[in-house]
Amino acid sequence: MRNDLLVTVRLLVVLTVLCGVIYPGTVTAVARLCFPRQAEGSLVHLDGRAVGSALIAQEFRSPDYFWPRPSATMPPYNASLSGGSNDGPLSDRLRARVAGRLADLRGPAPAGAGPVPCDLVTASGSGLDPHISPASAYWQAPRVARARRVSDAAVNAAIARHIEPPQFGLLGEARVNVLELNLELNGLRDER
Amino acid sequence: MMARDWLQIGVYVVAVIGLAWPLGRFMATVLGGQAPRGPIARVLRPLERSICALAGVDEHREMNWREYARAFVVFTFGGMLVVYTLQRLQGVMPPNPARLGPVDAYLALNTAASFATNTNWQSYAGEATLSYLVQSLGLVVQQFASAAAGLAVMAAVIRGLARRTTHDLGNFWVDVTRATVHVLVPLALVLAVALVSQGVVQTWGGPVVARTLEGTRQVIARGPVASMVAIKQLGTNGGGFFGANSAHPFENPTPLSNFLEGLAILLLPAACCFCFGEMVGDRRQGWTLLAAMLAIYLGALAVTTATEIGGNPVLARMGVDQARSPLAPGGNMEGKELRNGPVLSAVWATATTAASNGSVNAMHDSFMPLGSIPLLALMQLGEVVFGGVGSGLYGMIVFVIVAVFAAGLMVGRTPEYLGKKIGIYEMKMAVVVVLLPPLLVLAGTALAVVTPAARAAMHNAGPHGFTEVLYAFSSAGNNNGSAFAGLATDTPFYNLALAAAMVLARLWAGVAVLAVAGSLAGKRRAAESAGTLPTHTPLFVAWLVAVVLIVGALAFLPVLAIGPLAEHLTLWAP
Amino acid sequence: MADGDSSRLTNATALRNALVQAFAKLDLRHMARSPVMFVVEIGSAFTTALWVRALLAGVPEAGFTGAVALWLWFTVLFANFSEALAEGRGRARAEALRHTREQTRARKIAGAMPDPGACPDVRCEIVLSTQLRTGDLVLVLAEDVIPADGEVVIGVAMVDESAVTGESAPVVRESGGDRSAVTGGTRVLSDWLVVAISAEPGEGFLDRMIALVEGAARQKTPNEIALGILLAAFTLVFLAVCVTLVPFSQQAVRAAGSGEPVGVAVIVALLVCLIPTTIGGLLPAIGIAGMERLIGRNVIATSGRAVEAAGDVDVLMLDKTGTITLGNRQAVALLPVHGVEEIELARAAQLSSLADETPEGRSVIELVKREYGLRGRSVGRECALGEEGAGRGAMHFLPFSAQTRMSGVDFNGTRIRKGAPDAVFAYLNAARAEVSPELRQMTETIARSGGTPLVVAQDGRPLGVIHLKDVVKGGIRERFARLREMGIRTVMITGDNPLTAAAIAAEAGVDDFLAEATPEAKLTLIREHQDQGRLVAMTGDGTNDAPALAQADVAVAMNTGTQPAREAANMVDLDSNPTKLIEIVEIGKQLLMTRGALTTFSLANDVAKYFAIIPAAFAATYPQLQSLNFMHLATPASAVLSAVIFNALVIVALVPLALRGVPYRAVGAARLLRDNLLVYGLGGLVTPFMGIKLIDLTLVALGLA
Repeated sequence: MRNDLLVTVRLLVVLTVLCGVIYPGTVTAVARLCFPRQAEGSLVHLDGRAVGSALIAQEFRSPDYFWPRPSATMPPYNASLSGGSNDGPLSDRLRARVAGRLADLRGPAPAGAGPVPCDLVTASGSGLDPHISPASAYWQAPRVARARRVSDAAVNAAIARHIEPPQFGLLGEARVNVLELNLELNGLRDER
Repeated sequence: MMARDWLQIGVYVVAVIGLAWPLGRFMATVLGGQAPRGPIARVLRPLERSICALAGVDEHREMNWREYARAFVVFTFGGMLVVYTLQRLQGVMPPNPARLGPVDAYLALNTAASFATNTNWQSYAGEATLSYLVQSLGLVVQQFASAAAGLAVMAAVIRGLARRTTHDLGNFWVDVTRATVHVLVPLALVLAVALVSQGVVQTWGGPVVARTLEGTRQVIARGPVASMVAIKQLGTNGGGFFGANSAHPFENPTPLSNFLEGLAILLLPAACCFCFGEMVGDRRQGWTLLAAMLAIYLGALAVTTATEIGGNPVLARMGVDQARSPLAPGGNMEGKELRNGPVLSAVWATATTAASNGSVNAMHDSFMPLGSIPLLALMQLGEVVFGGVGSGLYGMIVFVIVAVFAAGLMVGRTPEYLGKKIGIYEMKMAVVVVLLPPLLVLAGTALAVVTPAARAAMHNAGPHGFTEVLYAFSSAGNNNGSAFAGLATDTPFYNLALAAAMVLARLWAGVAVLAVAGSLAGKRRAAESAGTLPTHTPLFVAWLVAVVLIVGALAFLPVLAIGPLAEHLTLWAP
Repeated sequence: MADGDSSRLTNATALRNALVQAFAKLDLRHMARSPVMFVVEIGSAFTTALWVRALLAGVPEAGFTGAVALWLWFTVLFANFSEALAEGRGRARAEALRHTREQTRARKIAGAMPDPGACPDVRCEIVLSTQLRTGDLVLVLAEDVIPADGEVVIGVAMVDESAVTGESAPVVRESGGDRSAVTGGTRVLSDWLVVAISAEPGEGFLDRMIALVEGAARQKTPNEIALGILLAAFTLVFLAVCVTLVPFSQQAVRAAGSGEPVGVAVIVALLVCLIPTTIGGLLPAIGIAGMERLIGRNVIATSGRAVEAAGDVDVLMLDKTGTITLGNRQAVALLPVHGVEEIELARAAQLSSLADETPEGRSVIELVKREYGLRGRSVGRECALGEEGAGRGAMHFLPFSAQTRMSGVDFNGTRIRKGAPDAVFAYLNAARAEVSPELRQMTETIARSGGTPLVVAQDGRPLGVIHLKDVVKGGIRERFARLREMGIRTVMITGDNPLTAAAIAAEAGVDDFLAEATPEAKLTLIREHQDQGRLVAMTGDGTNDAPALAQADVAVAMNTGTQPAREAANMVDLDSNPTKLIEIVEIGKQLLMTRGALTTFSLANDVAKYFAIIPAAFAATYPQLQSLNFMHLATPASAVLSAVIFNALVIVALVPLALRGVPYRAVGAARLLRDNLLVYGLGGLVTPFMGIKLIDLTLVALGLA
């Protein structure tokens, strides 16, 4: 028993050094060397200032931007306290939230025909989902085009450029990065 | 479902088996006592030896089951103590860029128990509660150590079956060291770097403050994430760096990272099957266990995938488009990330509950009730469908003992497995292992629903609230760690009750199977004859699956009926 | 014979006795032996109390509670009934044995071992057989019943063992040798014996066996205990399931905002339906019935454990002589040397054997008579007349002697000799006769084939060879083939040389043999097999078999065997039939299979019961769960009641199976498992759905639902 305790203490110390210091240290070193941008959080800089991360959703409420998926964090899009709504499918909160979101989406600038794609009304798991589906982007395109006073075609073309297909044509879903698309929209306006 | 969905599920399963096969054989050499060969092993072998020397471990001393079990228990409590202490002292110890204060005692105890038992139940949100120091020195170390301890106990159990007329089961300390040095660390290093390439952050720098396009301020938490995510997935730990776990884009940014992490969930538990076959000198036995696990897993996957693609009828009635197409994920997207969509979320959810991983890439609380039944069931079955690293295999062996017992009687022979007769003692211990999870889960859930404060923690109304509590105890009582995260469990009641469930589940089962191993090791190996029940046939696989399912179903049908099933029937009521 | 007796053993009286016993067994001390049925009885009592309370309070559900209570009591009673019935059958068999065991008077010889010459006129005192102790000497005269198991120390007598073996022909019992053991309760027909008592009264084989069939002293076997643990564990889980259902249903009411918590009677009903009552209730009956079947085959076991171990046997060791072969070598052919007529050889062989009363000698006479039509007497006369001077030639027979190792006959100056080749060859050499290579060849060929050659010579001239052979018993080959199908290897043990042994082994179809066996060699062989993880069974009868019998895992001694052999064994075959082991193995396997099958059946049943009870229990709280009620049971009350009634009736329905045992077929473990899983696993899943629905329909038809 005494011996077990002694070995436990010594082994835990050695393992702490190996797994708690050497291992993460090695990963950090390799990461910094090979993938410095990703390791630091895929930050997006504009004029030398961080405007966010390409991987982290940020709030867009103005009609001339594409809106990301709803966030259930407190407050929304809180990148230091991630999480989902945890509302069950029968939840009254879910129903109320979706109804409110539908009203928001349809209210200010009635968008294109057809029902709203589900990803645009449901809160993401992390609250920080940087993507929307291509369908959701196209659904918002008329509003954005009108707000920016550009043609639907130009907006749709921008969307098309930003659609990331399933990885290797196989994994995951086709998606559009909202921040990157919106950045390009700002470019569109400048060109006009 | 689209053709692509079938394909990505197929590729996933094939990849798991394809990689687990060589890995399992390699593990058999590591845990079988032969010196691992190859250039990497040449570097690692001296490392292993020096660790043993530093820890004062005599490599050649064998332990009997009692010594082995004692070492396992002491090591687990030692790990708990370290994690607890680090959390309580984090306020005064760097690195702590976010300047987080000490963790509350109940929460610290829960978290310590959780990580030392390979459960990784998280009553906290990592980015808002724990410093980089605690995450790395406390949690990550336990993610290695607890997985290695699981592999060690498994190795001892396999030796009990493979060896004859001996008391020796190996040396716990050596097994832990070997598992860590030769298996876990190399795999984690490779996976961590691969994840960084996809965008998983790995930095000691603090949070970044960004000025968004609309001009608001966004504080983006970061940290040494990749190194934690890699071992969290490989070691069936599941405890993520961030509150949202692998739903967080910094933990799991792309479908490829999702694929790699998902692979890592099942890789080691599947490899354990092959390691088992190799070590007992009959590969068919390993395939048998894997086949049984796969059968149950694929069944669960089918149900959950179907319900998640099917979407939520409430939203459908509100006119939301939930159709799946190449341009839209469709299905029940509440709590899911777009890049993963309903299919990969279902694949992950079933894998993480099958293996006692517990990490999530989508919020299980928001799954369709019918789709959450397989998740609950996979845990309630005792975490034997893949299960934890090592622990899943030894748990499954206990079910094999029960299955062999009933089947052995049915062919008119004293039951035996791998030539070892199943006697009164083995049955007693096996029953203890099979018995424990239902008792823990049912008793814990019952205790919670009669405690008003515990009831108040439910996030959802109706039967769903009950399911949240049931899920919490199913998870803790089987060392899974995943959660219906709506339940507010950072309360003294839940922190204590769940910690007790986690420690009991881990140690009780571990010690009992070691007792079985000790008893089996002392037996002769009976010769095979035409009257011997073959334990490698498709029939036996089917029987094993039936035993696992029936034992689980009998204990949990009522609670599943008044929880998710009642909710499902309400949801789809005309 | 067991099957033929079933009807007799299950007659009206037996049923009535079993019914009475079923009530007597409600004693909690008795019920505590089975955790499963103990829980049921407590549940019955509890529900009865609920019923009484409801009656007093005038609650409308009183009728339902009462019905549940009634059927729960039936469940316990049915289980007790099955045990009592099995016990009754066992006791009936035991009675048949026991009436021979009633107290008899014995002539106890006073003092030490008497002088054999003085017997049977020694001084005796008359004592009761129960007063005899091990080592006592008793004198048993003709028409006396042997008072207890023992060993003949002086005398030889004919003994009627039919009371024990059912074999009507009397047997010889004599001191010394392998026929010295006598069994208490058998009767001496002629002559007298002095018997040394070897078992305390009440501890003889019969007594032990009687104890095994009477539940009281029945030790549980390891497999039974292990199964009991599994069943207790399931009971505990279901107890947890049902107890926690109380707070869970309260929570459900809170969550649904309507309905009411599940009633206690329903929860008790659910508990009893879920716990494995079918197997739990029938478990004692299965064990007792197995023992009873064993007695039916005239085998007495000293422990249930040995019977179960028989089901696991991998290797069976059998003595050659008397087991595989008829026990005596017999003449099967006459082979004349070149230039000798066959008939001439036959005549010489016959003459030389006329006075030979050994079985071998007689077999020569018979062979000659059968094959050459020579009648012994006529030959004798013919020879006598054939030579000149009729009647003059009185025959002079030379008996076999260890010195010459030959026998023969001299008459009229003709000398015929018959004997082992080397002895006859020496005799021929001495007579300066030539031993042809052909003759040597012939003797060697016979020896190689496992036979024994006897050379016949007349007046110093070799005539030919008699081929003696061990004759393998008819049908033995098939029995060994059957053992092989069961996965059991047979090993023949013989004192013969390897050449002979190999030939007989091949002919009998055994898998292996041990030649030139000594007691040490037997012991070593058993240990070797055991070290390789095999379970060894051995049948034997001689004293020199005792060490090996003691070492073997399953040891069956022949009832005709010596007392040491019977002491070393854990089973005694009253019929002394060495291949009885096949039946013992089958009974052992049946015991396990019946338990396994009913366990599977019992647990598979639970699925259907859930589907009946869960929707009913939550009918008020979650009416939507009615979609689980796909049996469309009429009302919640009828659903619960139907499940409880089914649960009780299925015990009764399975009593015959428990008593008869699941049939064993030697088809290999894999197929056996598949078939039993289909019947008892799948059957266990499906049957209750139909049964419960049927009972529900009946309840509705009777207006009880």
